[in-house]
Formats: sequence, C-alpha cells, structure tokens
Amino acid sequence: MKRFRRHGHESQRDRVKQELFQFNKTVEHGFPHQPSALSYSPTLQLLAIGTRSGAIKLFGAPGVEFMGLHDENAAVTQVHFLPHQVELVTLLDDNSLHMWTLRAHQGVSELLEIGRFTLTGPPGAPPSVTRVTAVLAHSSGELLLLGTEGGHVFIVEVPGFRELEERNISLDQVASRVPDSYIGRRNLEHVEALQENPVDPNQVIIGYGRGLMVIWDLDRQCALQHIPATQQLESVWWTEDGHFILSSHSDGSYCQWTVGREDVNEEVEKSDIPYGHFPCKAISKIVQLPTQEGPPFLMFSGGMPRASYGDRHCITVIHSKTHVALDFTSRIIDFFAIRDGPQHTGDPSALVVLVEEELVVIDLQTEGWPVIQTPYLVPLHSSAITCSHHVSTIPLKLWERIIAAGDLQKTHYSKKQWPITGGQNLAPDPPQRDLLLTGHEDGTVRFWDASGVCLYPMYKLSTAGVFHTDADPNDNMNQGSEGEWPPFRKVGCFDPYSDDPRLGIQKVHLCKYSGYLTVAGTAGQILVLELNDEAAEQTVEAKVVDLLQGQEGFRWKGHTRLDVRDEPVLFPPGFQPFSLVQCQPPAVVTALNLHSEWKLVAFGTSHGFGLFDYQQKNTVLVKCTLNPSDQLAMEGPLSRVKSIKKSLRQSFRRIRRSRVSLRKHHVNNAAKLQEANARLEAELAEMELAPVQRKIEARSSDDSFTGLVRTLYFADTFLSDSSHNTPSLWAGTNGGGVFAYMLRLPPVEHRADEAVTAQPAKEIQLMHRAPVVAIVVLDGHGSPLPEPLEVAHDLARSPDMQGSHHLLVISEEQFKVFTLPKVSAKMKLKLTAIDGSRVRRVGVAWFGSSRTEDYGESGLVVLTNQGDLHVVSLPTVKMQVQYPCIRREDVSGIASCVFTKHGQGFYLISPSEFERFSLSTRYVVEPRCLVEAPLHRNSSSHHRPQADGASSAHRTLRPDSEDSEVLQEIQKSLEADQTSFVENNVSAVA
Amino acid sequence: MSRQQHNRTPLKVTDTVVEVKSKFEAEYRRFALKKNGPSGFREFYHLLQTIHHIPGVDVLLGYADIHGDLLPINNDDNFHKAVKSANPLLRIIITKKDEPTVFGTNSLQRRKKGLGLTGLRTTSSGSTHSKNKPGLLIGLPQNFRQISSIIDVDILPETHRRVRLHKHGTHKPLGFYIRDGLSMRVAPQGVEKVPGVFISRLVRGGLAESTGLLGVNDEILEVNGIDVAGKSLDQVTDMMVANSHNLIVTVKPANQRNNVMHRGSKGSMANSGSVGSGGSSGSAPSHDSPSPASQSNPITASNSIAEGDSDDEDDDGDLILENDCLPPYDSQQFTNSNNTNLNRDSPRNRLHNSAVSRPLPQSVSLPNTIGASLSDSSMMMMSNYNGNPAHSSSQEHMREDSNLITL
Repeated sequence: MKRFRRHGHESQRDRVKQELFQFNKTVEHGFPHQPSALSYSPTLQLLAIGTRSGAIKLFGAPGVEFMGLHDENAAVTQVHFLPHQVELVTLLDDNSLHMWTLRAHQGVSELLEIGRFTLTGPPGAPPSVTRVTAVLAHSSGELLLLGTEGGHVFIVEVPGFRELEERNISLDQVASRVPDSYIGRRNLEHVEALQENPVDPNQVIIGYGRGLMVIWDLDRQCALQHIPATQQLESVWWTEDGHFILSSHSDGSYCQWTVGREDVNEEVEKSDIPYGHFPCKAISKIVQLPTQEGPPFLMFSGGMPRASYGDRHCITVIHSKTHVALDFTSRIIDFFAIRDGPQHTGDPSALVVLVEEELVVIDLQTEGWPVIQTPYLVPLHSSAITCSHHVSTIPLKLWERIIAAGDLQKTHYSKKQWPITGGQNLAPDPPQRDLLLTGHEDGTVRFWDASGVCLYPMYKLSTAGVFHTDADPNDNMNQGSEGEWPPFRKVGCFDPYSDDPRLGIQKVHLCKYSGYLTVAGTAGQILVLELNDEAAEQTVEAKVVDLLQGQEGFRWKGHTRLDVRDEPVLFPPGFQPFSLVQCQPPAVVTALNLHSEWKLVAFGTSHGFGLFDYQQKNTVLVKCTLNPSDQLAMEGPLSRVKSIKKSLRQSFRRIRRSRVSLRKHHVNNAAKLQEANARLEAELAEMELAPVQRKIEARSSDDSFTGLVRTLYFADTFLSDSSHNTPSLWAGTNGGGVFAYMLRLPPVEHRADEAVTAQPAKEIQLMHRAPVVAIVVLDGHGSPLPEPLEVAHDLARSPDMQGSHHLLVISEEQFKVFTLPKVSAKMKLKLTAIDGSRVRRVGVAWFGSSRTEDYGESGLVVLTNQGDLHVVSLPTVKMQVQYPCIRREDVSGIASCVFTKHGQGFYLISPSEFERFSLSTRYVVEPRCLVEAPLHRNSSSHHRPQADGASSAHRTLRPDSEDSEVLQEIQKSLEADQTSFVENNVSAVA
Repeated sequence: MSRQQHNRTPLKVTDTVVEVKSKFEAEYRRFALKKNGPSGFREFYHLLQTIHHIPGVDVLLGYADIHGDLLPINNDDNFHKAVKSANPLLRIIITKKDEPTVFGTNSLQRRKKGLGLTGLRTTSSGSTHSKNKPGLLIGLPQNFRQISSIIDVDILPETHRRVRLHKHGTHKPLGFYIRDGLSMRVAPQGVEKVPGVFISRLVRGGLAESTGLLGVNDEILEVNGIDVAGKSLDQVTDMMVANSHNLIVTVKPANQRNNVMHRGSKGSMANSGSVGSGGSSGSAPSHDSPSPASQSNPITASNSIAEGDSDDEDDDGDLILENDCLPPYDSQQFTNSNNTNLNRDSPRNRLHNSAVSRPLPQSVSLPNTIGASLSDSSMMMMSNYNGNPAHSSSQEHMREDSNLITL
C-alpha cells in the first residue's frame, strides 16, 4: 500500500513538472549571420533572406516572421518568390532547388518545405551543364526558368518541379543564330541573367556571361533579338515599359539597349561608365524604376573606381539631379526597391539593401533620403556584444522615460512607417515589459525592448564620453565634403571598430524601481548612472580604489587605467553618470551588484572586491582576495599585444574573403568542397596521432585566479543571530571561497552624513574549491529573497522573516544549502561528480503552472558547460528537468546565456543573433502570424488544374487527412466573413 | 599547511610544555604535560587513568597525528613520537579495551559499503558501527597512512580493478593524465571499437605512480561508481577533479598480468609498488601482513580527523569561519599561531559585539590541502571550546563536540 502511494506521489509530481516546465526555442532575434540571398514579394509584402548556413527567414510586418532550415548544410545562393503566390524557391550551393510554402495551420501560418529538385542532365554530360546560375520565376507562377553554367536554360513546371524538356532552350539553339560578327560567339559562357518582359510574359531575355543577350519567345521557341554586348555581363534589367534593356558589366559600365521588333538594331543606345576615366569595378546589379512625373530612379551597386575606392561597398542612386553613393560598412548582398500603389507599380518609395551585417532601408520619398529604422533584423553586433543583462517587468514610468530618451537619439531617422507590412501578427500583446541590456566593446550599453517577438532598440548609452580616448570624436563624422566625387554618404550602423578596448562593458546592473544603473568595464571602471530627463553638464568624480591593500610582490603588466575627463561633460537626456570608481590594478570587473535601497554598489575583479556608497561617494569596504602564489592574477593579462596581432590577421582575412565574390563562388565549388573535406580528414588523422591529454589534479589554493571574484550578492538576512536580520554583502571567489560582511546602515535621516560600515562576519572555504558562481539567500518559506525595493513597490510578497533563512551557495560543481545564522551544511546537490558537467550560468526564476493560475514555484535555471539546461527546485535542490539546448562546442553561446525571471532566456547563436528559449509553460514569447494568399489578378487562368496534382511528387505524399483541415480553413474564413479569401486558402493549401 | 608547520616548530621547541586534550567516551580533559614529564608509556597511561578517574579500566590509547590519522600509543617509542608530534596540541583518544571497535582504514571494512565513502570511525561512532557485524581486527602499521587501496575485489570481474586514491593529507599531486582512445569491446557482431578514456601519463613521484595500481594505457571505466561511457574527455576530467579528494577509479588495466587475483605473479606492478615510499601500497595482500604494533596491541581506530573524510558525505569539510570580528585579510596574519588566549578573547568580542572593538588577530588559516590536518581540526576544536560557533559541517564532529559547544 505504501509503495503504491509513493508511486502515486511521484506520478503526481511528474504531472506538476509537466504543468510547470516545457522547453522551446521560440524565436531568433537580431540579424542573421552571413546572409547570402535576398528576395521580396510585392504582393505578399514579405522579405526573404537566405543564409550561408542554409536557413531561410521571412519577415513582414513587425512580429510576422518565419524561419526554415534546409536539411542540407549548404549555403542559400538565391531566393525567389513565385509571383502572386505564397511559394518561394531557394537555390542552394549544392545545386538543389527547394520549394517552400506558407501554409495556414490552426489559424497560424507555417513555413514548410514542400518539394526539392535537382536538375539532371543527359547521361555523360559534365556537371556544369546542369549547374544552375540564374533562376527566373515566371510571372505565370507555373514556370521556373533555370539558366546553367553550361549556357542552357531549363524550363521546369512548379510547384511540382516537372521538367518540360521540349521547351528547354539549349545553348546550341541560341549559338547557331548568333550573328557571325559577334566576337564572343564561340563561347557564350554561362547564363548570367534571366529577365521577363514586364509587358509580355512570353518574352524573356537570356544574358550570357560573355555579354551576349538574347530575347527569346517562349511560345514560338525562337530568338527575337540578339544584343551583342562585348563586356562580361553582370546583370540585366528590363524597363517597365518593355522598351529598353539595361545591362551592367564587369568593367563598371552599363548600357541601355532598345528592344526592337526585328533583329536589326544592334546599336548601343547609350553606354556609360558612371565613375569612369580610371578602371572601375563591376556593376553587379542595376535597377531602373520610373516615376509618375519626371525622371526615373536609377540604382546600381558597385562600379567604384578600382584604385581609389575599390574597397567601398556602395549603391548609387540617381534621380534627376540627385546623385548619391550610399557607402555601407559591409559587403552588399542584394537590394530591391519597394514601390507605391495597390499593384506595387507606382513610384519607388524605399530602397531595401541587405549588406553582410545589417539591413538598411532608405526612404526615397523624403528629402535627403533618410534611413528608416528597422523594427527587426537589427544588428546586435554593431559593436561586439560583451555582456548582457535582462530585467523583467519594467514599471511603466521607467519604460516611458527610457523610450523618451531613446526617441531623442533617433531624430535622424525617417518618420515614415516601416514599408514592409505583409502578414498579420496574431501574437497576443506581451504580458509585461521586459528589457534586455547588452554591453558592447565600444563602451556602449544598448537597451532593447525584449517583451515580444521583435527585439527593438530603445535607447543607447555611451560611456566613452566620460573618458579621454585616442579617437578624435570628429573621426567618425567623415561625411563627404562638398563636391567630393563620388558623392559618398555613410549609411548603416554596423561599426565593429572600437576606439579603445578598455572601454568594453563587462557587467551591467539596472534597478528598475529607482532607475539607477551601474556598468563596469574592462579597465576596472565602475560607473553609477541615474536616469535624467534633461541634458546636464557635469564633471564625473573618479574614486580610485586600491584592491591590493598592500599586497607585496605585485606587478601589474596589463593595461593602464582610463583617463577621466576633468572638465565638465555635457550628457544628453537619459542615463547620466554621477559617480565613477576605478579599480587599481585596473583589471576587468568580474562581478557587480547594486542595491538601490541601500545606495551601495559592490564590485569585484581578479584581485578583490569593494563596496562603494554612491550617496556619500566613498568606499565602505575593500578586500583583497589575491593569493600571493597566483602569478597570473598578479601580472595581469598581456592580451593587448596579442589582440592587435589577432585583429590584424582577421582584417586581412576579411579583405581576402571579400575579394572572393560569392557570385563567382559556385563555379569551382565542388573542387573546394573536396579540398575542404580532405583537409578535415587530415586534421582528424593528426588528432589521432597526438591525442589531447587532460591533467587530473585536485584544485589547490595555488591554482590560477583563485581570488577572482565571481559573484556579489546583497541580502537582508540573519547573519549573526536568529532574531535580528541585518543587511549583508556576500562575495564568492573562483577558489571556492565565500565572504560575508555585515553592513551597518545609518538611519534614513542620517544616511547622507553617517558612515556605512561593513564588518567581516563569515568566511566559508568550500572543500571542493570549485568557483562560486552564485549566492542566494532563501527566506523562511524557502523562496529567494526579493530584489531591493521590490517589496516597497508592492510587487513582491515581503520575505518571511520568521522562519530560518538558508544560504544557497552555487559552485560550478555543487549546489549547497547552509543554515543561517549558524552556517552548517544542510543539503546539497552534486553535479560534476555525477555527470561531469559544470555550472556555467545560473538564474533564479519563477515558474507558473499552466493549469492553475495561482500555483507556481521558484527554481534555479542552470546552464552547464555541456550546453544542457536544468531546473533545480528550491529550497530542496533537486533536479527537476533537463533539456539539451546549446552544442557543447559553442563556448561563446554558452557564455552569452542570460536568464529572465520567468523561465525564459537568451543566448547568442552568432555574433549578431540571440536565440530566445523558454523553460516555462506559462511564459512563452513566439511568433504567431498569418499570411493570406494574395488575390490573383486573373485567378481562373492562373489557377493550376487540380487534376495534374498527382504528377507532382509532394502532392502524392500528402495524407488525405489534410483535406479536412482545408475544409476547416474554409469554414473559418467563412465565419470570419472573409469569403473572398476562400479560394486563396484552397490554393495556398493545395 | 607547510607554512603553518614551519611557524609552529619554534613554538614547540621553545616550549617545554605540551598541551594535551584527551577524550574518553564523551568526556574531555585538558592538561599540560611537561616534555620531560612522564618518561614512558606506563607513566602516561597511569596519568590518563587518574585524570579521567578510570583507575583499573583497561584502555587503549591513541593519538591523532599531524595528518589526522589516529595512531596507537602502546610503548615508549610511539609515546615519544606522539609527544613530539604535538602541534601544539596533543589529542589523545582513549577507548575501552573490550569495546568492539573497528579500524577505518581497513579496506575490508570499506568494501561493505562498496563505493561508499570513507567514514570517520571515531570511537563514539564505533557503537553505531557495532550494529554491523564486527570487523576483522587488523592492526595498522605505525605512523603509516593509507594512500591507496584496491577495493571491491569480490564484486568486480577479474579483468577490472577499482582503485581508491586518498589525496588528503599528502602533498603529493594525484599525478596522472587521461586521453581519448579506442577500446575494443566484444559485441554480438564481433569485436568493435568504441571510444574510451585512457590513462596517458603518470607523473613521476605522484600519488598515482607511487601506488603502482594505475598504469599508462589503463582504460578508465568508472569514476566513483559512475560509468564514463559516452562521456567526453572533459567531462571525465571534471568528474575526476570533482572527486579528487577521494577518487575511486575503476580501470581495465592494460597489463592484465598484474591483476590482484594473480598473487603469485611479480610483474612491474610489484616493482613500482615498492617505489611508494611514503605509504604502504595498500593493496589487498598488504593488509594481511601483520605489523609489529598489531601483534602486541591492536588499536581500535584509524580516525581520519581530516574534515574531508569526516562524514559519510565525502566533502562536507568546508571550512567555515564564523566570527563577528574576522580580521581583514592580511597575509602577514595568515599564519598567526592559534593562541588559546587570543581565542578566548573572541567570545567576549562577540558578546559585546561593538563596532569599536577591533578584531583581534585570529588564525584564518584556510587549509591548503584538502585534507585539513590535525592542526586545523584542533584549531576548530579549540575555537569550539571557546564558544565560537565555528565547526565543521561534519556530523561526526557535531556529535563529538556537541557537549562542548557553549553557546
């Protein structure tokens, strides 16, 4: 009987766990790493980006986003939406084509791969015959034209990928009719471009690499006109009226050709090298769009003079007398223009440029062509992220003040609405306001609205102004002087170059109730800032704190302290520094905490820790934790020299990489792949010859950096006796040491003049000497103590001060609960000794039950060095659930992880992207959006016959059960009084 | 640790008096002993009987040596050794002769717990132990401490060996390296190669080498009872380091000729075993060899007083200093002697608990090695005596000291 009951109890606990915990990776924030292809559907108003890792991402209105991943680990080289459809085709590096669609399922659209296809040539043909170099999605929505390296054009019916062999346009058919006078007729090379006549869908132009262009009639299957350009072709554009063809070439020239009825006009209408005289780089893409009144817009990328500006990444926009060379900080992947009007045929309203590190949208209808701020795809890494900090449930007042401060920084942006508006965001409004703060290498802290699916930049704080830096502030403002040619204009915010690595932000702590912020950096600087709605000019007083405390035999070989500006500095509205602590030696700050109620800041480095009273601006406590035998900590890093070398090497690499154009990449790809494989194998063989060894040794106090302070914690608890709680400061070191100090705060009325004192109260040396990563005090109910001021703002239940408190010390290896005030071990959970993983990141979170509104539990969220997430119960320290989350090789991803107070978290999946995950059943932020299929202009003629559905592979695979879903969809649309969409839903699903 | 000893040596030499703290059952006695006082074991024996008021009771004497092991006093020689080792306190533990007691370092005893961890078998806990079947009374070699042992011989396959390395108390490094490799396994489909972890190198003079129980290319199968199959090299490394204070590795020796079962064979292991100078090689056969002490008067316990060993939980030996007036960290004071007088002041500080009274220098000696030596534990005992709430988290210590904590 007893056994049964216990079993019942366990299963009940299992059920509770299911109601509390569930792991999901929900959304990726930021800018995709290494984008390689761009496409836009004017009818869907959706943007698609393909990446080198094989991901495809679709974006519409803010909150509308989809993501898909190709099974093949190959780069996406091209993306094309099928006109007027919800399908899109991707071309990968491995020459495979993939068909994707947006399918509505339970009222929410999903991006699904529905077919794949690889061209097969005749037997015995070289692979180049079928190597796809150009793709045209025909406006009928039924055909795909595939130009290949061999010069052939294959025609394929979509979405089923049925080859229409009889309609293929072979190289021989074209070459035989090429005029004898054309110099390149012996070798036309690969198909570089395919374009459809905007007014006659039967006509397409085929552009060959050698320069020849042929206008081909798809119905009659014959060439209509040969355009004998003699320069290597880069791109082709057919003007909207169908009268002209623009071609751009590798010598930096572009030509305009008249489309004639007869095959007689071989004269160049107009040829120009816009940045000519000296040799120029290729114009890789050219676009010309008409306007209602007046001259057209001409936009092209590249074409810069090779010698003087060959390293610039430019798009030139010419309209009437305005000529601007938009100068981007990273390589241009692709661009397109968004046009006004219901049919998207009006004036160009915005230019959308995808460069390697960001997406830039330029408002073409406002004077000066300002940039429109992107609501998503924001480059998180405009300067490298060095730390992050998440604050949940921001009070509305603070939220509004931060937004107001941020708005003042965004005045240079266009006032226009975001022009990409496809899809409907169905996600409910986020239940709370969450802030994500990222610290960056250049000394800035960025505030992001992390409440919903879009990680939106709110405000940017720069700390560099407090210090003298080598860089001249005017350096960055090298806007083109009057009359400069080409007329450059810098655009984009990606700027990875830091003036001074010492400015880098290492720790950030924000008190959401008081608006006090503290940030700490690489050179031991700790700034305390206050939110001020007005600009203020003030001098920041620096206080140097000697953490060595007379420790002998010390030589600091690292960087020097930052130079503080003595003169008053004008700080714009927002967070303004009013206090500065500089650690001596100026080692990187490794731990930071702020208690806004007590007005104290605690900070730690590899040498010790200190407590600073920011009201009286004096140091309360300094403790040196240095071990005299620890040479590494004594001398400091010599990383500066190394890093210069490294960054030089990296920049060379970057230059080399940028020279290899991605578009030329595919030509010798197979050879490259083989080469890479061979190298990998050789490396593997080498690894087996010289195996990696690991030393097995107990940790000792002589180990390196044992004195490094890993965590600092403020608690109002029972430190000396069980009847009086007192403020306390706790510090944990890398060597398994815990120091506790009892703080004496003067009464509020004397807070400004009486000194705050700190008395050493306890020291714990953990036997296993593993680094202490977190310290938490649990109240009488076993819940973690609330944050400072949380109770005062009625946002948390006041802690239980009746029962006995417990101290939870989390080391990299164990979770250990001690009693308080008398410290004795009560229970523990061993992690490393059991499964060999170590705690890397830890956070306290509250998990609400999905079943009942009023039940919830506090737990520890733990990320291990194996990349696994664990939830550990409080106060019993028992493992609850475990989920694999990050690859264990992804050290930087693991190190970047930050948890929210409600069981979500973020980690970097690339320098520019945060992955958001949730461990909670109640708090999940994920995109929910619907994309309706567009109305066809002529739906009957474009509607695919249902009968031939069996011929396409993917349709035969579909189970019948889906039919009922279709019916449901129809029903739903009818109910929603959207009868006009019924047919489209059918076509979208069919 | 070494620092402390160096600093205390002059104190010990200049003083002609040795502090003695003796314990019989639950009672403690403190007294001073002149270095040239009782000339021999007999006199000392009678002295203790008088002090504890137990004339006529046959007892066994033991003392805790600097490494925290309980060693017997049964003749003049080891009595003098004990007096010399006072550092500065000499801890004497008295047990009744007829009490059924068991020695902790006996690997045959431990085997009953399998991978259970070394326990502190104080005499007071001996009674709890007597519920188990009485252990074999095997004497210990004097002044030797166990550094390694082969355990679980009866439950393991012959081809495997489970070795326990006792890191505490020695200054020797564990001294070995591990690497990835391929292990041959017999599977239903035939022989297959699976990834495994192997010992790649032994450091000369290290604990692993000196035991002679581990060799290069031995495959590591388990760490403290946990199978390492499927774990990465880094994971296994972390597991071993996490268990380093009491590491039990199960290996499949590369050289199968030296297995424990083959007692007759004298291979390289026997040779390397003799290299172990500091301690007995602790393999199962060595327990059978009688030591001189055990012949005359087998003493009851090898009490590891080291904190790391003081609990069934292996490593609850966190050193906790609770003071309302911990001194500011100062390396100069780091090795200050743990003077009783100074210590006696501290409760007064605590009671008055005023910010005015500056903290008095007190030893903040953090144990440099995992097994805190007697000096540390004696310090803790003394501070307990003085009313400081310092204590190790060890349950055994709690029991032992509970009647003395005067709070």
